[in-house]
Amino acid sequence: MSLEILAVDDSRTMRDMIRLALEPEGFTVHTADDGVHGTEVLSSINPDVIITDINMPRMDGFGFIDAVRDQNHHRATPILVLTTEAAPELKMRARKAGASGWIVKPFDPVKLVKALHMVSG
Amino acid sequence: MTNPDPMAEIRASFFIECEELLEAMQDGLQTMDDGQQDSETINVVFRAVHSIKGGAGAFGLEPLVRFAHRYETVMDQVRSETLAITSDLLKLFFRAADHLSDLVRLCRDDMDIPQAEGDAILAELDLHAGATPAEEEDEDIDFQPLGLSLDLDFGDDDDTTGTSSYRITFAPATEMFETGNDAVPILRALADLGDCTTTCDAERVPALASLAPETPYLSWTVMLSTTAAIDEITSVFEFVDGLCTFAIEPVDNEVGFSDEAFPDLPPLDLLPEPEEVELPPLDMLPEPAEQISAPVEDTPVVAPKNEKPARTAPASPNAVVRVDLDRIERLVNLVGELVINQAMLAQSLESTTLSPHSDAMRGLGEFQRLTRDIQDSVMMIRAQPVKSMFQRMSRIVREASAAVGKDVRLVTDGENTEVDKTVIERLADPLTHMIRNAVDHGLEDTDARIAAGKPSQGQVRLSAAHRSGRVVIEIKDDGGGINRPRVKQIAIDKGLIPADSTLSDSEIDNLLFLPGFSTAATVSDLSGRGVGMDVVRTAIQALSGRISISSTKGEGTTFSISLPLTLAVLDGMVIKVADETLVIPLNVVTETLTLRADNLDEIQPGLAVVRVRGSMVPLFDLGRHLGYRKQKETYVDDIVLLISKEDGNQAALIVDEIQDQRQVVIKGLDDNFYRAPGIAAATILGDGQIALILDPSDIVTQAAQDAGHPNVPQKLEA
Repeated sequence: MSLEILAVDDSRTMRDMIRLALEPEGFTVHTADDGVHGTEVLSSINPDVIITDINMPRMDGFGFIDAVRDQNHHRATPILVLTTEAAPELKMRARKAGASGWIVKPFDPVKLVKALHMVSG
Repeated sequence: MTNPDPMAEIRASFFIECEELLEAMQDGLQTMDDGQQDSETINVVFRAVHSIKGGAGAFGLEPLVRFAHRYETVMDQVRSETLAITSDLLKLFFRAADHLSDLVRLCRDDMDIPQAEGDAILAELDLHAGATPAEEEDEDIDFQPLGLSLDLDFGDDDDTTGTSSYRITFAPATEMFETGNDAVPILRALADLGDCTTTCDAERVPALASLAPETPYLSWTVMLSTTAAIDEITSVFEFVDGLCTFAIEPVDNEVGFSDEAFPDLPPLDLLPEPEEVELPPLDMLPEPAEQISAPVEDTPVVAPKNEKPARTAPASPNAVVRVDLDRIERLVNLVGELVINQAMLAQSLESTTLSPHSDAMRGLGEFQRLTRDIQDSVMMIRAQPVKSMFQRMSRIVREASAAVGKDVRLVTDGENTEVDKTVIERLADPLTHMIRNAVDHGLEDTDARIAAGKPSQGQVRLSAAHRSGRVVIEIKDDGGGINRPRVKQIAIDKGLIPADSTLSDSEIDNLLFLPGFSTAATVSDLSGRGVGMDVVRTAIQALSGRISISSTKGEGTTFSISLPLTLAVLDGMVIKVADETLVIPLNVVTETLTLRADNLDEIQPGLAVVRVRGSMVPLFDLGRHLGYRKQKETYVDDIVLLISKEDGNQAALIVDEIQDQRQVVIKGLDDNFYRAPGIAAATILGDGQIALILDPSDIVTQAAQDAGHPNVPQKLEA
């Protein structure tokens, strides 16, 4: 069964990279440009894992995670945060917001795939 | 279709994205400079730098990452309001932004990166940030799996090549599930590492009646025999560290996993913690109810939504398709063919006896309208807002004003005006030069401005607008205006005009465009690069554009450039010479007149001039110089086109007939043809006839060389 992923990042480059890393591995990748767009896309799909950036216009990653967790059927959907900072405070903040894990940019495709399998079980 | 390396594709699109981000960054900084320093503006700038850094990291563009990171650090402090924005800091941000743009372009083109400038800016940034570079660097190398303090056993493990055994105990806490993590994937990941025996401790699961569905009651003990290092086992718990209790203990290999697998002590250790979370179940009891009702409530709401957003979702706010320029070129060409074809069809239908109200003629009208629409739309594809170029100019102003020690502000207008991409690219150099000129020569020194009662800060206004099918770009300064007596004196001193000539104001202004004219008394390192306004004019004319100048003493000078919207279509004058149909670009033709005995002077056989309002203009017979016919007996009653050459000189061309003025589609003459001097390109006229498009300057230069015309300066060419 192919896993369905929603990747939210305001950088087209990042979205392209995620797509490039995941599609050959059999993932179905949906993308969104920011938190607001992410919630819109989310209303029409049911991803197995959500990947989100933190710094985004309109609605940032923290806000987006909040919005996702507020939806009952996404309370347990794994969310990976993509961040350039590996600072522990940021990880803690992401986790507090409800993120399941994190991937440090620039990401290693193998690690990303592993992390996705890790959180999706 | 070939599918090139996807990474290279993404890399290319990254640099395109960078350009957009740099633009957003410039906009944001400009907004901040205008005094609007709200958090969203700062955020936009921050995010731009941040995204550049992120992408650069993915492609291993170290210098870019390093610079962006430190820039971002200072930006972050501004964002979090720990650092106040001062005008100095803003200036530094602008400089850093400029440098970042440079870095992006250098990285894109795989060029060497000069260290000095970046280091200087970084040093200043660090000064503002109050951080030493060393600290920063440390922060850079961060990401490491969180190690567990098991160093004691580490030494032993290291020298055991092959498999080792571990006892891993694991008990999730409630928070683990709140973050969307689950125990199963972790157990599975552990199982993937080697042979394992997993036992589940279900002792604490209460009776169903008192079971809280979201409270973890289970814990596990995993006996793992693996070749993996302990770090790797630890990394399985990376995301849940702190959200569960877990312990990894090495077990003696000899012992293996016998009955030791069920030592009850470690699980007992774990008991206190889960017990703490056993209290909440009571509070959480209402939740299941909510959970049951929620989905029911949700379904009807979600279901209809499912259909619409599914279609709208993929279309992001401004979806962009990247298309190879060659393909667009091809499309432009094909549309050119279509236009020609349509004109031919129209001509052949008109020669029939069809009534204008017949279906065929009505259809033709419709066809014409569609063709025009298609042509316009295709031209739009290549059109781009001039904004990116204007932003480059704001940098030029910053650098130029710093170099000459003037306080200058660039105001831009109409930056969303769209112009053909090629035109924009080729306009960059002349504009740069003119902007530098405006800062260096146009504006007065600060002292002089104050003395004249003007604000000390000089202003250069750069504007773009569409005006009757052309684009008009204006560069306007609020300086002292052209010093006409001085300009005239310089022209006389340099022998460009006779000492006794009487010139109107605008004629004096136009002296600036003469080759070899430079007003700067001292050659500054800014504009005095041997490049004069004549080069600017040549470049503009090469784009089929015109440039004009106007100046008011004490109020400033305005240069106005008028350009065609596209280079694929040309406003041409269709002429006939010795039965050949030719096209001359309309923008070089200034006047048409008929030769009479009294305005014609023959200096020697084959060498004639025409007198136009007191000045002598050399006369050339197009037919003879293109090799269509021999020397004519007399020129009297011939029609001449007065053309203004790129160097400002005039020439008169004799033609037999002026047929039409119209837009023609330019068809390049490819390399298969002999490159004839004076011939720029070709076009196909409505009747299907091919007509050559002339380059009048080139013809005149050639002809003057052949004839040895005395008063036509040779075109300056290498």
